[in-house]
This record gives sequence, C-alpha cells and structure tokens, in this order.
Amino acid sequence: MEVLAFLIPIALFLGGLGLAAFFWALKHRQYEDPEGDSQRILNDDWDDRPKP
Amino acid sequence: MDAALNPRTSACPACAAVPAAMEAAEVPKDARLLLSLPTVHCAACIGTVERALARHPGVRSARVNLTLKRVSVDAEPEVTAAALIERLGREGYEAHELDAGVLSMTETDRQGRDLLMRVGVAGFAMMNIMILSVAVWAGAADATRDMFHLISALIAIPTVAFAGQPFFRSALGALRAGRLNMDGPIALALVLTVAISLYETLKSGHHAYFEAVLMLTFFLLIGRYLDHRARALARSAAQELAALEVPRAILLNDGAETTVPVAQLAVGDLVLVRPGGRVPVDGIVTAGRSEVDRSLLTGETLPVVTAEGAQLSAGEVNLTGPLTVRVTAAGRDSSLHRMADLVAAAESARNRYTTLADRAARAYAPTIPLLSLGAFAAWMWISGGDLRLSVNVAIATLIITCPCALGLAVPAVVTAASGRLFRKGLLIKDGTALERLAEVDTVVFDKTGTLTMGTPVPDNLDTQPEQALRVALALAEASSHPLARALATALRARGLRPAQVADLREAPGYGVQGTWQGREVKLGRAGWVGATHCATTGAYLSLGDETRSFTFTDALRPGAEEVVQALRAQGKAVWLISGDVTAAVEAMAQRLGIEHWQANALPQDKAARIAALQDQGHRVLMVGDGLNDTVALSAAHVSISPASALDAARAASDMVLLGRDIAPIADAVRMAKVSVRRIRQNFWQSGLYNAVFVPVALLGFCTPLWAALAMSLSSITVSLNALRLR
Repeated sequence: MEVLAFLIPIALFLGGLGLAAFFWALKHRQYEDPEGDSQRILNDDWDDRPKP
Repeated sequence: MDAALNPRTSACPACAAVPAAMEAAEVPKDARLLLSLPTVHCAACIGTVERALARHPGVRSARVNLTLKRVSVDAEPEVTAAALIERLGREGYEAHELDAGVLSMTETDRQGRDLLMRVGVAGFAMMNIMILSVAVWAGAADATRDMFHLISALIAIPTVAFAGQPFFRSALGALRAGRLNMDGPIALALVLTVAISLYETLKSGHHAYFEAVLMLTFFLLIGRYLDHRARALARSAAQELAALEVPRAILLNDGAETTVPVAQLAVGDLVLVRPGGRVPVDGIVTAGRSEVDRSLLTGETLPVVTAEGAQLSAGEVNLTGPLTVRVTAAGRDSSLHRMADLVAAAESARNRYTTLADRAARAYAPTIPLLSLGAFAAWMWISGGDLRLSVNVAIATLIITCPCALGLAVPAVVTAASGRLFRKGLLIKDGTALERLAEVDTVVFDKTGTLTMGTPVPDNLDTQPEQALRVALALAEASSHPLARALATALRARGLRPAQVADLREAPGYGVQGTWQGREVKLGRAGWVGATHCATTGAYLSLGDETRSFTFTDALRPGAEEVVQALRAQGKAVWLISGDVTAAVEAMAQRLGIEHWQANALPQDKAARIAALQDQGHRVLMVGDGLNDTVALSAAHVSISPASALDAARAASDMVLLGRDIAPIADAVRMAKVSVRRIRQNFWQSGLYNAVFVPVALLGFCTPLWAALAMSLSSITVSLNALRLR
C-alpha cells in the first residue's frame, strides 16, 4: 500500500494541472466562438506562415 | 442616422472652422463597429466577410464570431457602419449594425465566466474525489478508507465553499426577504451533508457523501450556467437592438441652429427637420414643403404631401425638403410617448406570466426539507433515539431529493431550442417567450414591412425604352424619395447607366427636374409632370415632348407565402390587420390565402382586436414592425418583429427575426411546442427518479454509491432528452 503515497499526490497534481489548463483557456477566451474556431481550420489563409 | 453614429469629437463651434485645432485637441478614437450577420454559416463565409472588410479602406482588422453570427471591426474613426454594410451587401451578405454597448456586455460576460470557473472547479474536484470514492466502494476498509475520506474532505470543503457560493448567496437573499426559493434546500443540503460527512470521517464511519455533494454542485452549476447564458443572450439581444439614434433635434433660435436633446424642447419652439430625418415632436409646419413617410406610425405605404399648416406627429420621416416645425407637444405629451405609455401598460400585464419552472420549484422546494425532517423523526422513533443513524438517513434523503435534474430540466431545453432557432435566424429576447409561443393558436400579421418588404418595386420597366430609363435613373438618383430610390435601385440592377442630365434640382413635394439634351425633363407627381394619373402607385417621367409612367408594387417578403401556409397547416388561425387602405389589404389577404383581415386599423384598433381575440380564449402571436404595431405587439400573448422594424417595435416584441426571410416563424412555433413537451418530459423523468430512489433513502438503504448513481443518471438523461430537440 506504500504505492498510495505516490499515487494520490500524482492524481491530485494531474487534476490540478487540468484545472490550471481550464483556467488558462477561460482566461484567454478560448470559449468565445467554438463554432467559428471549428470552421477556421478549413481556411487556408495562414497555412504557409503564421498570422503576424 | 450617420451623424448620431459618428458624434463630433468637439462640440466647440470654432473648432469646426479650424479642423487642425480639433485634431490637436483630441486624438480621434478608433471606431469599433459591431455588425450582425444573420446569414453567415461556414468557413467560406468567414473568409469572404473578413477579406471583404479588410480590403475596405480604413479597416484595421475584422473578426467574425460564427457562434454569435457577428463581426467586430477595428477601424479608423471615419469608417461608418453604413459603408461596411453596403460593402457586405455587395458580397451577398445581409448585415445590420449593432449597438456595441461594450460596458454592460463585459459585465454579463464576467458573470458568465465566473460561473464557468466554478463549474470547472467543481468538476475537477468531483473527478479527483471520485477516484478515491471508487476505491472505497470497491472495498477499501479501516485506515485506508478513513484516509481516503479525509483526503476527500480536504478537497471537498474548500471546493463547496467556493463553487457553492451562487447558491448560498441566493438562498440567503431569499431568506432575508422572508421567502424560500429552490436554493434554500440546496444550500442546506450542501452545508449539512459536508458537516455530517466530516463528522463521520473523523469518527471513522462507513459512509461519507463528499462525492455526492460535489456532483450536486457540479450539475446544479451547469444548469445555472446555461440559465445565465440564455438570459445574458436575451439581455444582450435587447441591448443590441436598442435605439441606435440618439433622440436629438435641431432647434432654431432666431435663425441659428443648435442641436439639443429632444427632452429639452418646449411647446412653441421652432425645430428644423432635414430631409431623411425623423420628426422628433408633434407640431405644425410653419415653413417648407415636403413629403413625409408615415408608414411606421400608420402603416400607409405612400408618402403624404406636407406643406405649411400641416400637422406632423413624432416618428414620421421627412423625405424631400427641409421643414420648419412649431412644437405643439413634446416629451411626455407627444404621440410617440403616449404610445410608449400604452406599451408599458400592456407589458406589465404580460409580466405576470409564471413559467413551468417557477411552478415546479414552488411545489417542490418545501418538500425537500420536510421529507428529510420526517425521515429523521421517523428513524429517531424506530431506532429508539439513535441520533447518528437518524441523521445519516435524513442526509441521504436530502441528497437524493435535491433537484439536480430539475435544475437542468428547463435550461437545457431552452438552450438547445434557442440555439437551433438562432441558427434559423430568430433571436429570443425574453426567457419565457418559448413557453408562451407554444400556447399560441392565432397568428396576427401586420402588412407593410412585415409580410411585405415595405419598399415599392417598379413592375413595368420592360415596357419602357432604354433612353427613358436612363433619363429616369439620372433623375431618380438625385432624390431621397422612396419611389425614386426604388426606381434607381431597380434600374441600376439592370446594369443601366444614367444619362447626362444637367441642372438637377428637387422640387420638394413634387419631384426632380433637370436638363437633358437641351430639353427640360421631370420625374415626379402626375400633375406636376403633366401626365395622366394611373390607378396604382406610380411615378411619372416627362421627356419634354412625351410622358411615361412607372407603376410600383410592394414586394412580398421572402417566405411570406410559406409561413402562412405552414401556420395554417399547423391549424392556427391567421389574421391580417393593417393600417393600409381596404383594396391593398384585401388583395394581399387573397394572394396569401388569409381568411380574416381588417383594413384601416389604427394602433388602438389593432390592440383592441387582439384583446378581443384573447378574451375569446385565443392565445395570439403578433408579428409586426411599425410604431403602429407596438401596442398590439405588447398586448399579444407573444410577439415577433423583423430586424428592420422600428426600435420601439423590436423593444416591445419577445423575439426578433434577424434575416429578411419570414419563414422561420412557422418553425419557431413548432419548435416551441416540441420544447415545452421536452420540458414536461424532463420534469416527469426527474420525478420518476425521485419516486424510485426516495423510498430507498427513507428505508435507510441508501449508500453514497446509490446517491451518486441516481444523481448522475437523472442529470444525464435529462440533458440527452434536451439534445433530442429538432
């Protein structure tokens, strides 16, 4: 059962990582236009180089 | 309109003469324009719109939001929305300007993100606790179980304290006001369950309900977020569609013009109304000759000639010549305001509508604490005073009865339905509109601007020689009269170029004249041009030696025929009530197959007819666009107006049709019926889960596993049922 001493902190850490990623996405307005973003990948405007 | 959109950066009259001084005094701010694009739907649309706007001079960047069907444009200050709308029109996209209303939008946005953050925290905490709980359910015992419970408690307590705040706040607010709302039992359940679970953990008991508490918080917060989003969308729709025009008037003071807010005008003041401007007050014309468009007030299609001594009402639009008006009634006494008062009176009657969710909550809220209190008392008696056992049963009952599915039942359906209707081009402005729309059995249409486009279209161009058409085009482009504008648009659409006409000038109230190949040419009224008057709406052209007449019909709005047919097929009674003359209304009714119609209706007549229908027990849907419809729109059970409608009409209606096509109305009625059926099904489903699981809890068999199962199953089935909506 000693393995729990590692597994539980790891699980908590991963969960916290997910939560941090969610906060980041929320803060950077990633949920502003889900429908548009899913369509924009079909647009080949900036395929050669990234948008400046 | 443009003047109102681009306010002068300096109010000082001297600065206007010295533009350089103005620029030095204040760096002009960038224009941030927001346009609604009801017809964008794919990647190609995004590309076309963004490229077209980026090519427009002065535009720095444009970004389409497909979810909201909007484009936001950063541009130099001189770029106007009208120019961009015209540009998009050439690309084939319909666009309307939106009031940016930035401040209040970010406010609701902030609240939404705050809720979403709590949803996220509750979700992640729930998942982490579930890892530990599964181990406990799988058979972890003794010290391991106690440690897992303890870690769960360490995660759950701060999470509930943070994520549960919306419920605690709302419950406290209701309690302070002496009421019990749905959040009262929820907050009670959250606090009590955490407290008891913590006590059990410390006493190394078998059951702790931490995962159930977080699951409850998570699902309820999702419902709360959907509800908030639907309401924020409705609110922002109302803001977007709110008046673009600042109500201002040009006051004449000993010949000097000053622009003042309409509220400052007094009876007896002289006001100048320029061509194209809206009459701000009721008054009498003291100088000038023009034509006024009263279609928004009365529904008349044709402009009325106005000269000295004529009576004008606020809200009419001056078309051809400048008018000086002596104010006879301003502010609260003007006809525009009296209309607004009638609207307010009619609206307050409608606000008493109780939704299905209200009724369910009112019936359900008291049963939760009563049931668990009953369970507690019964088990105290059965077990002979075993406090710990009784409290545990009571808590299990509390958790099981907590209405997570009930909290999702309405918002999930409303979100799905309004999303689908939005894709069809209908914006829901009022949260209860969907439920009210489902009850409708009679539909009343206005004619001008609703079933028709409200713009005349020439219908005999094919019979005219090309030269006459080119002269007509040159003359028509010099006027802002609706018939002239319609003629010019139709001729341009045929690819014609204007003839060389010199000395163009407009004779207000009569028409336009000029010189072409040494001859005097005129376009305007029959008498002035020297032509014989024909029976229908017409404009007349004189080429010096011969005269020609152009006849007009009002173009039917796309989808008008389909919507009437579809509504009749659904078994609704369809009415046509218009302020226009009998012949025009009758012809329209016959063309569309509408059996009931009424012509020459004043605004009060429309409202009275709707009231009479409702007194007979009918539920009326009113579709209208004019100021003369506003009272009827607010008196009806539910109302829809097109985006081209006057702001007062849009403000008075529950839904707004974004596109030009009117056909989505029939879909909306059908969709509303299906949605309400889904909401009822959802109530039954969540009721069924309670009926099954509450006895289990009351008998004391409910373990945390049962609670978690019941809660997630009911919430997920309710959400899936909402998504079934087509």
